[in-house]
Amino acid sequence: MIYDEPRLLAGGDRAIFVEFGDGIDPELNCRVRHLMLAIAREKIPGVIETVPTYRSLLVYFEPLEISARKLKDTLRRLAQSMGEIELAKPRLIEIPTVYGGEYGPDLEFVAAHNGLTTSEVIQLHTSANYLIYMIGFMPGFPYLGGMSPKIAAPRLETPRTKIPAGSVGIAGTQTGIYPMESPGGWRLIGRTPLKIFDPTREPPALFQAGDYLTFTSITPEEFSRIKQAVEQGKYSVKVTLME
Amino acid sequence: METFEVLQPGPLTTIQDLGRFGYQQYGVPPSGALDDYAFKIGNMLVGNAENAASLEITLFGSQLRALRDTVIAITGADLGAALNGKPIPRWESILVRRGDIISFPRLNSGCRAYLAVSGGFDVPKVMSSAATYTKAGIGGLEGRALRRGDILHTLKSPATSEGARVPPEYIPVYPHQNELRVILGPQDDYFSEDGIRAFLQADYTISAQADRMGYRLEGPRIEHKLKADIISDGIPLGAVQVPGDGLPIILLVDRQTTGGYTKIATVLSIDIHRLAQAKPGDQVRFRQVTEDEALGYLQEYQQKLQTLRQLLQDSPA
Repeated sequence: MIYDEPRLLAGGDRAIFVEFGDGIDPELNCRVRHLMLAIAREKIPGVIETVPTYRSLLVYFEPLEISARKLKDTLRRLAQSMGEIELAKPRLIEIPTVYGGEYGPDLEFVAAHNGLTTSEVIQLHTSANYLIYMIGFMPGFPYLGGMSPKIAAPRLETPRTKIPAGSVGIAGTQTGIYPMESPGGWRLIGRTPLKIFDPTREPPALFQAGDYLTFTSITPEEFSRIKQAVEQGKYSVKVTLME
Repeated sequence: METFEVLQPGPLTTIQDLGRFGYQQYGVPPSGALDDYAFKIGNMLVGNAENAASLEITLFGSQLRALRDTVIAITGADLGAALNGKPIPRWESILVRRGDIISFPRLNSGCRAYLAVSGGFDVPKVMSSAATYTKAGIGGLEGRALRRGDILHTLKSPATSEGARVPPEYIPVYPHQNELRVILGPQDDYFSEDGIRAFLQADYTISAQADRMGYRLEGPRIEHKLKADIISDGIPLGAVQVPGDGLPIILLVDRQTTGGYTKIATVLSIDIHRLAQAKPGDQVRFRQVTEDEALGYLQEYQQKLQTLRQLLQDSPA
């Protein structure tokens, strides 16, 4: 659901939420990014940073530079006129992934759970373009939309204590990538050799909210080759603009 | 320049500044000093920029050896700070000599002490900040808490001298009960009237699960109207999140940047530094204020800091 007028909600004395609706939906999410861009272009003095999520934008500000009242007026104005700004064509970022084996120990479970063969799971997982609604939970973790419900799978009952960086997993009807080594309960179907998050890179994440990801199936040999190239800084990530 | 050797790290000593901003859109929390009041004053005392990297020392047990002469200031919690075993004052700039041992042997009051050093600690900036976020291994010294044997480097600075002193009216006491001022929202409409009343009237006790990410509280349950889950949105500093069990969690500098639980209110930014000095077992109570009142309090607070800044700059130390 998209509201007729965005709701401005208090996030304390230094942050305001601009909420455009309630739901997970690409059009709603697009408004969030639209406003983020409009704010960046306006260069409003006193705005510190903005955080886009599924259906709202959190705007952090310095109240001694701009009052909450004045900022709210500005945000309402921008939200009304932002239709005039054209968003750039979304980027499609290719994530090479080895499926199954030690790289994706739960691939067979996901296949069996859905009455599919492992190659059918791979085929379904690699045939979609996934919208990044937002990044959160941990540095660089993308919340993706667009996975086929045919490969949905429940989380592990007991989360693993250590999941390697780059692991590609499924939880419910969502798919995602672990940007760094961490504990986690997602069913792991594969792993990418790309550095999803690198604190020394600018920007640190390989992608941003509003980009799309697509997964391509690679062999373990290609994984090693790409990983080495990534480590030497010689790998260029495949990025195309979507129509 | 090599300035300190860590003899004992204590339970959690990290290098912090005032935080890392602009990267929450990539899922990176701000981190930084939890008590920004004590942090800024520490740097003022040694003549640094207020954002200069300093140590945040949690609870007691830390011990450092000075590797050269320098000037330090200790602010925040009273951890029984001593120089070669003799007590030294907090909220004052102090000369330490090569070979001196600075120790923090016991917890007298508060929770986190800050050690500012002339020039500030010298660590590579990661995403424009020296703040340590241990969970993701970002910033500070190799992204981690200090360990025994670490050598801490500092930056050169114009000579600073000892004897700058914070007037007593600026030195906080750390009570076991704190009132935290809040602005209701963003999801106060998800709570029943009884829920909001309980939240604003009850005393809550800080549980053992209290760290730089957030403080879990124990006390009366806060009732939702229907559900405790929302479609994930951003989490501001001081957000009071109430999951399905009805027990509030105040989210702090190392918080996740987004989350899917209802947030009943947000603690005012200028009250976070007092919460930073509260520990498990201490109590908090919430008081609702309006946005206009909050701005008034913030202006008052900034005025007070500005006066102190002036005072320390003009003092003939």
